[in-house]
Amino acid sequence: MKYSAASLFANALSGHKKWPEQFPNKEPKTTYDVVIVGAGAHGLGAAYYLAKKYGITNVAVIEKGWLGGGNTGRNTTIIRSNYLFDESAAMYDHAVDLWDGLSQELNYNVMFSKRGVLMLAHNVHDVQSFQRHVHSNRLNGVDNKWLNPEQCKDFLPILDISQNRRYPVMGGALQMRAGTARHDSVAWGYARAASKLGVDIIQQCAVTGIRRAADGSVEGVETQKGFIGAKKIGVSAAGNTSVVMDMAGLRFPLESYPLQALVSEPVKPIMPCVVMSNAVHAYISQSDKGELVIGAGTDQYTSYSQRGAMHILEHTLMSICEIFPIFKRMRMLRSWGGVVDVTPDRSPIVGKTPVEGLYVNCGWGTGGFKATPGAADMLAYTIAHDAPHKINAPFNLDRFRGGRLIDEAAAAAVAH
Amino acid sequence: MFLIHCPYCEEKRPEIEFSYAGEAHYVRPNAKEQASMSDQEWSEYMFIRDNARGEHCERWWHNHGCNRFFNAVRNTVTDKFVMTYEMGLPRPTQEMIEAAKHG
Repeated sequence: MKYSAASLFANALSGHKKWPEQFPNKEPKTTYDVVIVGAGAHGLGAAYYLAKKYGITNVAVIEKGWLGGGNTGRNTTIIRSNYLFDESAAMYDHAVDLWDGLSQELNYNVMFSKRGVLMLAHNVHDVQSFQRHVHSNRLNGVDNKWLNPEQCKDFLPILDISQNRRYPVMGGALQMRAGTARHDSVAWGYARAASKLGVDIIQQCAVTGIRRAADGSVEGVETQKGFIGAKKIGVSAAGNTSVVMDMAGLRFPLESYPLQALVSEPVKPIMPCVVMSNAVHAYISQSDKGELVIGAGTDQYTSYSQRGAMHILEHTLMSICEIFPIFKRMRMLRSWGGVVDVTPDRSPIVGKTPVEGLYVNCGWGTGGFKATPGAADMLAYTIAHDAPHKINAPFNLDRFRGGRLIDEAAAAAVAH
Repeated sequence: MFLIHCPYCEEKRPEIEFSYAGEAHYVRPNAKEQASMSDQEWSEYMFIRDNARGEHCERWWHNHGCNRFFNAVRNTVTDKFVMTYEMGLPRPTQEMIEAAKHG
């Protein structure tokens, strides 16, 4: 069924009780051309692009938990592409290009809202660093502009730009093309669209092993629901990538850390954009429901527990209140944690692995949501062609041997 | 917040007194060894980590306490510390870990 104003009207007449299910929960077939491990938005997106753009429809997406229940459902939904290096700019801007038409393409409202991301500079180093980013972005054709404190205040009226504060606002970099999207919708939209094209989505089916032929190439995956044959396997398992790769005898340059976020009680619109502050370590936006969405930094230790410590949240809220004293009396509703897979250079790994037929999309660390369509498309392209696209070619695993790192640590917003 | 037993202070102290210092038992190759290492071997030393899901040997630094480094075994799924031990001691055997869990 195509979603439209007419279908909404027709279903309203029947009390919204006759909407068909969006996608069926399938039992696995014995064999597929491609199996994707992990039904987050990255994995579901890869399955969708495999079917839609690259003509491979005999695809299964296997998920140990529930669809979109990992980092897809746990992030702060921010989308931006103002990265410093050419490689990153190309990757993230490709994602933003795809975000642009995604709702129409999927016939599913992912609520991509280009409300702008404002990164505040509080000291001379911030100013120089952000201006360097603005110039680098401009050379790469990525939207980003420099605002003086008064322009920041015009854009974000609750901002205090008086210069006698502990962290005065000395300016900001604004990417207008950036914004937020509804994270669950992205997973559901990709799942529905992929499912329609013949992709099987298999939930609550943990992968327990990767079976390989005598020549080393993959034969399929062992799962809780038995063996599933596959000519090619794409791993899109975020924080658990090290565990899945271990099944194929591969060790990866990844460490998994807890990352938390929290939302406040809903209030009337007050935050028109996404605001980030490197120096104070705070980032905040407001959801369409009215909740302030606040991201914390990672905990210091590695963990798969999907929870973090209270003192990290306390520190985060202190930072928010330092920049926006207006929020001091807000009450927080919920907090939660996810597991993020961090690479040594803070850039992702998207491409082939040393095992024939095994492909990977991992290492997005604290910033994977914004890249969802781009990463999914690049994984699908690499699987379909058995070779990386020129956008994801630099994000190979081999760079950790050859030394051609993409050191975006300094370019990240916060949380590194 | 963790309560971490520092083997030097011999007491449990709150996590904010400590800094995590990565996977334990990584020994930096000396200059002579480095000279004969391949890029692959260097990359493995430099970047590749176990990232274990389960019991994990790791270093902690009691930087707001006794200022000494020590090692710990922690379960990365439950976040429970199994044991902590002094720097320089070898990686605990599976029997020692099991004994510490039930001890």
